[in-house]
Amino acid sequence: MAIAGGFIWLTVIGLLVHATRHERTPIDERIASRLIFWGGAAIPSLLLFLLLGYALWLMPGLRPFARAGEANGLRIEVTGEQFWWRVAYHPADGGVPILSANEIRLPVGERVEFLLKSTDVIHSFWIPALGGKMDMIPGRVNRLSLLATKPGTYRGPCAEYCGTSHALMTFTAVAMQPAAFGEWLAVRANPSPGASLPGRDIFLRNGCGACHRVAGTQAEGGVGPDLSHMGSRGTIGAGVLPTDDEAVRSFIAHPHLIKPGSKMPDFNMLPQQDIAEIASWLKGLE
Amino acid sequence: MRIIPKEVETLWTLFTAPVIWAGHFLACYALAAIWCAKRGDLGFAVVQAGIVAMTLAALAMIVLSGWLAWRQWGFGTNDPPHDDPSATDRNLFQGFATLLLCGLSFVAVLYVALPLLFIDGCSS
Repeated sequence: MAIAGGFIWLTVIGLLVHATRHERTPIDERIASRLIFWGGAAIPSLLLFLLLGYALWLMPGLRPFARAGEANGLRIEVTGEQFWWRVAYHPADGGVPILSANEIRLPVGERVEFLLKSTDVIHSFWIPALGGKMDMIPGRVNRLSLLATKPGTYRGPCAEYCGTSHALMTFTAVAMQPAAFGEWLAVRANPSPGASLPGRDIFLRNGCGACHRVAGTQAEGGVGPDLSHMGSRGTIGAGVLPTDDEAVRSFIAHPHLIKPGSKMPDFNMLPQQDIAEIASWLKGLE
Repeated sequence: MRIIPKEVETLWTLFTAPVIWAGHFLACYALAAIWCAKRGDLGFAVVQAGIVAMTLAALAMIVLSGWLAWRQWGFGTNDPPHDDPSATDRNLFQGFATLLLCGLSFVAVLYVALPLLFIDGCSS
């Protein structure tokens, strides 16, 4: 396509130079009419027809959808929220979806279908290393199919301005070997054993579970990100801070300072000790 | 009685072919979108057949419009530019312009229909 474009450009520029450099000799009107018809209309139309046909023929390869039998059946549903990512892995056998947030894992060498949704405003899902971006539009399900060819950790930003913390809405996509991915997903299907720490009770007592879900506890909230295996994610707050004790503590105390516009209220009124207990319990959920 | 009037003296005939192109464009995309959203039992072949039929109809109408324009232009007996301030030249100019627009619309309708060669179904 680039070669054809370059060739056409060179031809047109060559003709322009030819027309300006050479002395003007009038040509026969019939020949001029024919030149305009063929050179100006017929040949460009035909060339465009061929190039358009070639581009359309290439298109399925540029944005491929999994054909029957080619996909491994795993579908990952990602919902854009202000300002984080709700993730649900729908297994091929139609079992219970495995919930997560702000981190996506996918097997290398297997085409995975993404179902992209939004509940509030338009977001855009993009893993630049793996493929083009796709909008997440409230009320619609957009489909995107991606194939990771190399294991690694890739960054994914929200690519459509969605509000105050748009620039702080990112996720990590981790491409793993299929066997490791299978094991990882199997672990995620069950509650994290975690450590039996006092933070768990403080978390539940202060109503955190009204918004956050932690599998295996009474925390069943669906407003905020799922925290079931939070300790195993590399970042918190949708890619804002690393998952270490201090970052988790400061996020609980001042979410608005770290993530302006987020729905989570400040929990700075809790005793520092309680916040620290919650943070170390959450970090232990691996 | 003539089916096609001997002469139509109105500016609107100029836009016939572009309007056919626009209608064809809209109809093709609306048909495919509605069909794929509703998922009938008949399969994608209906969409393909529908688009082929609409494309042939659109091309036939454009050819007819082009033939009328060619007639209005005097079957090419007069060369442009038709720039005299006279009724004859205005008529010839309009015929010639309509003919050019017909050519453009013919090609545009083909371009709109081209993806049909590569689409084999609704995306899952």
